[in-house]
Amino acid sequence: MADTNGKNGSQGNGAYKVLGTRPVRHDGLDKVTGHANYGADLSLPGMLHAKFVRSPHAHARILSIDTSKAEAMPGVKAVVTGADFPPPPVGIAESGETPADFSDLARNVMAQDKALYHGHAIAAVAATTLRQAEEAAKAVAVEYEVLPPVLDVRDAMRDDAPVLHESMRTKGLADPPDRPTNIASYSIYELGDIDAGFAEADVVIEREHTVETVHQGYIEPHAAVVRTSEDGQVTIWASSQGHFMIRELSAQLLHMDISQIKVLPAEIGGGFGGKTTVYLEPVGILLSRKSDRPVKLVMTRDEVFRASGPAPASYIRCKLGARKDGTLTAGYAYMAYEAGAFPGSAVGAGMMGIFAPYDLANLKIEGWDVCVNKPRSTAYRAPGAPNATFSAETILEEIAEKLGIESMDIRLRNAAVEGITNATGVQWPRIGLVETLEAAQAHEHYSAPLGPNQGRGVAAGWWMNAGGLSSATLQINEDGTASVGEGSPDIGGSRAVMAMIVSEELGIPVDKVRPQVADTESVGYTGVTGGSRVAYATGWAVANACRDAIKQMRECAAKIWEVDADQVEWSDGKAVLSGEGQDLPRKELTLKEIVAEAHATGGMITAASSLNAPGAAAAFGTHIADVEVDPETGRVLVTRYTVCQDAGKALHPSYVEGQMQGGAVQGIGWAINEEYVFNDDGVMENAGFLDYRMPVALDLPMIDTVIVEVPNPRHPYGVRGVGEVPIVPPLAAIANAVYAAVGVRMTACPMSPPRVLAEIKAKARSPQAAAAG
Amino acid sequence: MAKIHVETTINGDPTEFLCEAHQSLSEVLREDLHLFGTKEGCTTGDCGACTVVMDGRIVCSCLVLAAEGHGKSIDTIEGVADGEKLHPLQEAFLENAALQCGVCTPGFIVAARNLLERNPDPSEQEIRYWLAGNLCRCTGYDKIIRAVQQAAAVTR
Repeated sequence: MADTNGKNGSQGNGAYKVLGTRPVRHDGLDKVTGHANYGADLSLPGMLHAKFVRSPHAHARILSIDTSKAEAMPGVKAVVTGADFPPPPVGIAESGETPADFSDLARNVMAQDKALYHGHAIAAVAATTLRQAEEAAKAVAVEYEVLPPVLDVRDAMRDDAPVLHESMRTKGLADPPDRPTNIASYSIYELGDIDAGFAEADVVIEREHTVETVHQGYIEPHAAVVRTSEDGQVTIWASSQGHFMIRELSAQLLHMDISQIKVLPAEIGGGFGGKTTVYLEPVGILLSRKSDRPVKLVMTRDEVFRASGPAPASYIRCKLGARKDGTLTAGYAYMAYEAGAFPGSAVGAGMMGIFAPYDLANLKIEGWDVCVNKPRSTAYRAPGAPNATFSAETILEEIAEKLGIESMDIRLRNAAVEGITNATGVQWPRIGLVETLEAAQAHEHYSAPLGPNQGRGVAAGWWMNAGGLSSATLQINEDGTASVGEGSPDIGGSRAVMAMIVSEELGIPVDKVRPQVADTESVGYTGVTGGSRVAYATGWAVANACRDAIKQMRECAAKIWEVDADQVEWSDGKAVLSGEGQDLPRKELTLKEIVAEAHATGGMITAASSLNAPGAAAAFGTHIADVEVDPETGRVLVTRYTVCQDAGKALHPSYVEGQMQGGAVQGIGWAINEEYVFNDDGVMENAGFLDYRMPVALDLPMIDTVIVEVPNPRHPYGVRGVGEVPIVPPLAAIANAVYAAVGVRMTACPMSPPRVLAEIKAKARSPQAAAAG
Repeated sequence: MAKIHVETTINGDPTEFLCEAHQSLSEVLREDLHLFGTKEGCTTGDCGACTVVMDGRIVCSCLVLAAEGHGKSIDTIEGVADGEKLHPLQEAFLENAALQCGVCTPGFIVAARNLLERNPDPSEQEIRYWLAGNLCRCTGYDKIIRAVQQAAAVTR
């Protein structure tokens, strides 16, 4: 735990000098001048370029692979297939965002006996030029036995569905049938008695909702450069959300010692959960080993869509009951998520999230993790929660309408607060949901006038946030400046936050602190940049390193002054001997003066800190969306949007706002436009940014933000984590706004023009509309 | 096939390179001239990360053949700052936290500078329209639009 002794730096949850301000990020200059190096921004002497051979079928048995023709082509130095990989280790990889079976990871990196999705890696070629590699990849001859694909979660659950994995039996069922299935697992949460709860209800509403497959959509494709040396040591430059994750997974899949691999973190051009696993690096090691040359591997955008982790599509059947006064009495959810080609969808987090904002004493949530012939799903910002919240928050709105209760009132009436037991059976600690609901209700936006065909919707959402393993190093330099190394890749301003923490703790200006993301040999193990955990957990490690350094500097000052260390305080960047009541003159030593005496005091000041950050705290957000729906085309345009969110403590408010705005806009894209479109053969038909339509600047209004701060009592600065929760409410908030605008309840995402128009037309044809007309 | 000899001007400097007929300008800028500030997010002209200015017009350098650069003047992100002195857009992006991961930032700055050269006082809608060819997945564009507005005000 953190040292909270008053002599050792700043106090938790108190007033700060630096935290909460908005300094320019230290890595910003390189990023606005084009000098920052991302995964693909490296060129080594003699470097080869790699190209993957990918399955043209969504489901096929691989009968043979003939690489001889490709190997003989000009410039080709190495070809790798599944046969070059050792048998995968038995067990579970823990270093990604979610645990994954090594065997699945290995077969996703390179197919073995079967291709399980269109674009599945079958082989890879390294050649002197990219063009030569591309030509050679075309010359790799693969013989397939094409199998029928299954592309929808409900189809995949049927007994007669094509089966991806012959050995799969459903985990979590008391008595699973002993035959192959696509259902990887079943899980359940139960509280109270839902039959009694629904019997008590005056209104019960049950709806089915579907959400299509979407992609994280980071602008930088996956990229890595790999170099092996004669002694077997491997150096990897990679863009990822965790260079320690890259190191561990690569070592495990290739039966190497972890110490044989060094990973240097390139700048990362977005990830959103999608860069928490390996695709390229193990293949790069094999290619580099075979060719004895450095190898650069860069996915095309097409490959990113077809072969890197999308977020799961889902089918959810959800039912809520309430008394006349709006009090919820029971909730039930049947949740089936598409894992993609290998088990491990985010259904578990969806189950935790679906009713999280509410005090529901009676609930039952059933979750199914189901394989389909789509790319293996990977974490995407609050994985699983947006799908779930789309269901619960639209049904809640329907109940509110039926009962004549105002949207925010029904939420406040049922809002989860400290002490309430949630779906997982745990009592909520102090949480800030009510504060975000109240902030939204009080916001001028909430009661602003609307124009024709416009409507307003609200929704609340939850995310758990994570703690986990983090490390940091700190050095006090000869001139009194400080260098801090964090183990977390900086995906959106975390270096600035780490420097601010050092500045706050040591009492030196923030521009006298130089933060860096340290490589795998320069800082202790640190888990992935995921789970909204970096400011929370890595920031805590930095705080601990600072407090250790302060303790060392107080001891040095005590030696210099020949007093007891307890007599020395740390204040405003100086060791201070107050002399009060001790008949001594007041003395001060700056950092520079202290380290200048290093020869006399026993050495320079360095600190290393590692922790498993405990006490991660959930965060909630409440969003207000205004939309305008074109009744002729069904196009939904967001005209105004406000995000209210509990950050616990916003260390750098600009980057907290940035997370809130960016997350909300990803949710807006998910709600309105984004989806994978597959043909019947399982081939994605829109694998590019032209047809997979992410929001552009012209699609959006400004995104207003209200940072609510309900400090996490278990963190030194009260931080909760901010990155993920803002993507959770938008799907429901927009669906509720569409209803308010044109009176149709959308049950499928994306709410694209054809879907919305079909509902508008169906409503116009309905008997009620005819009677009204 | 023999390589093509291209004589061009990049960020004001006369530059020569050899390229193959099929090579894109972004590929040559990056892999041969090592001007890695020009990013490639899609190579299909949809994301704008590779935006450069060619003879005064913004183009997606992934859609321009390197050989087309012959006799042209090309400006990349590396030429936006005047030595140590940042362009007002670069200052505004930093002050407004208009970047998170930063990979789209060079394209946005190059495109926005071209806008401000044509229209020193663009409306919010004009900025959004001009930058609609540049994808940012991190920020939701809010702080980018504000940064461009601030830079425009400073420049005026």
